[in-house]
Amino acid sequence: MPMRRLLPALAFAFGLPSVASAADPIRIGVIAENSAISGIAIPNAAAVAAEEINAHGGVDGRMIEIVAYDDHNSAVDAVRAFQRAANQDKVHAVIATYTSEVALALEPWAGRLKIPTITPGAASDEIAKRIHGDYDHLKYFFHGYLPSAFLAQSVCDAAKDLLTDSKLKMKTAVIMSEDAAWTTPLDAGYMACLPKVGLQVLDHIRVAPDTTDFTPIYNGIEGKKPDVIVTGISHVGVQPTVQWANQQVPIPMFGISSQATSSTFWKDTNGATEGVVLQLVAVDTVASTPKTMPFAAAYIKKYGVTPAYSGYGAYDDVFLIADAVRRAGGTDPDKMVAALEATDYQGTVGRLQFFGKDAPFTHAIKYGTDYVSGLVVQWQDGKQVAVWPPAVATGTLRFPSFVKVAN
Amino acid sequence: MLGLQILIDGFAISALYGLGAIGFTLLFGVSGVLNLAHGGILLVSAVVAWLLADQVGAYGGAAAGLLAGMAMAFATFLLVVRPIQRSPAIPSEEKEIFVLTGTLLWGIMIQEAVAYFTTTSPHTVRPLIAGVTVLGGVRTPTNEILTAVLCWTAIGLLWLLVNRTRAGKALLAASINPRGLTLLGFELQRIYLLVWAIYGVLAGTAGVLLGAFLGVSSENAGTLTASAFSIVVLGGLGSVAGSLLAAYAVGYLETITAYLISPSLRTVPSLLLLVVVVYLRPQGLLGRR
Repeated sequence: MPMRRLLPALAFAFGLPSVASAADPIRIGVIAENSAISGIAIPNAAAVAAEEINAHGGVDGRMIEIVAYDDHNSAVDAVRAFQRAANQDKVHAVIATYTSEVALALEPWAGRLKIPTITPGAASDEIAKRIHGDYDHLKYFFHGYLPSAFLAQSVCDAAKDLLTDSKLKMKTAVIMSEDAAWTTPLDAGYMACLPKVGLQVLDHIRVAPDTTDFTPIYNGIEGKKPDVIVTGISHVGVQPTVQWANQQVPIPMFGISSQATSSTFWKDTNGATEGVVLQLVAVDTVASTPKTMPFAAAYIKKYGVTPAYSGYGAYDDVFLIADAVRRAGGTDPDKMVAALEATDYQGTVGRLQFFGKDAPFTHAIKYGTDYVSGLVVQWQDGKQVAVWPPAVATGTLRFPSFVKVAN
Repeated sequence: MLGLQILIDGFAISALYGLGAIGFTLLFGVSGVLNLAHGGILLVSAVVAWLLADQVGAYGGAAAGLLAGMAMAFATFLLVVRPIQRSPAIPSEEKEIFVLTGTLLWGIMIQEAVAYFTTTSPHTVRPLIAGVTVLGGVRTPTNEILTAVLCWTAIGLLWLLVNRTRAGKALLAASINPRGLTLLGFELQRIYLLVWAIYGVLAGTAGVLLGAFLGVSSENAGTLTASAFSIVVLGGLGSVAGSLLAAYAVGYLETITAYLISPSLRTVPSLLLLVVVVYLRPQGLLGRR
């Protein structure tokens, strides 16, 4: 038997993969903190997306393969995982982190190793601004979540309708945010837009992320007598919420509270989150797009909890990458970047398009009613009830009895 | 008003610090063990109480947390400390450092296990009593008052045990002269078991109360150990009264700093105090040596 014919036969006999078999899978590295609510949602949601794409035959016959890494919320671990993903595991794209500090550390590596990378949950404005400032090197990075400036705008837009123009007639606010990279632009945004919607900012408190006792902080806030506490918290969440309820701080909390985006937050706080109002990009009970609720249902079925905010992003990002590979006709990184820049895709959080090279927020997703606008929910009886925008609202604001608001 | 608020908050947090630290100091005084898994044990108690409160209610959860604290204390003793103390392969002069390393690593294992099973997010134990009480115009969570009362009850019971019972007096004797105690026919191993049991109750109670008062996360385990350690060093290693004094010094310094200066500088002055005390009076405030 000629050698040429013998080899495939041998390969078959030993179960070796044949050289000309089905196309190579598209490997997507997923780097996130597995032991945090907002972190674990990223690989979990990416797995749901990959299963769906593969069940429909993959991308041009190529299956999606998720390679997950735990970065322990450390920039060093994340960079190491990224290098391993690129050099050893030969991934074609990466979806990474909900922490801005980690995303900023990965950004240059995406350029150096030429791996198209999307963050589904980090928020700092710096991510997109750096791409704008050094496009040729950093163009491989995409900001798949709203930058802090847009988040602040979203909270202010909601505050106008819900707090100042409503029967609550609020006039004053204190900003309480954690000391982190993502809140610096968020707070600047709040300081600029809250007065414009009629909320005078009486004080601005930045909380150390390792704070455990919030009593002195609430005591100081109460002394200023604001109508509302506007929050910017993500890495802290349980303690300020529980202590707010236990101490019966009579001022409502309104703003961003990332941990509260997952259903596990109710149990984590023993229900103390009742009455907390928060902005998010999608929720399992509201059909922001036709894809939102089916994804949330699939996620809940698989993991028993609702996805944290970063889960919606990670799910969409897998589809964005698959879509880009399809349009680019393969996994060449530069062609993928060009394809991602031309993205126009309806995801779970809205219509996804990235800003271009010349926009100040290069490669950030677009904010607005035609794109991703976010919504506001309030925790009521263990559920997140949508209260804004009016088009999707299923309930109205209702605060626990210890919160004093005008009625 | 602010003064009263500081007085109330400082009292409750100091009582909790005291309860957390006296078990740690007692263990060292009686058996010479510095248990660096201390924070991990507090953590497990709090997390068990949090997890089970849904099924068995707040009180059942708290009881389960207390039992978990005891179970973890015994596990630490039987799986980590005693094998090292009995090992013929470790020279006796190196045993202390091995116990130190062993409990440190055990603490990290506990911390990682809790992070793996329940995430690094903080958990808060459901308060035993909900609601607030107004004390002289200061709105105080009723559970905070209960925390201070329970801490002092536990401390009082410990005092009675040590000073009024035969077993307690044996504990005291073991801390002063273990060799003399064995000559009198007491078995040191049984005394060690007793002190670990008492430690388990104290640590379990402190863990559950801490979980309800401030909440705990797996990332706090190291900080909790460090905080107990520094209070104990400040008060004098092995001195229960010294630990209580130090707990109040640290608790009030932290509270005053948080209210009057800035919450983010909370721990700085008490750490400076520790440096000063270690420099000027290395045996601690009430240390014997």
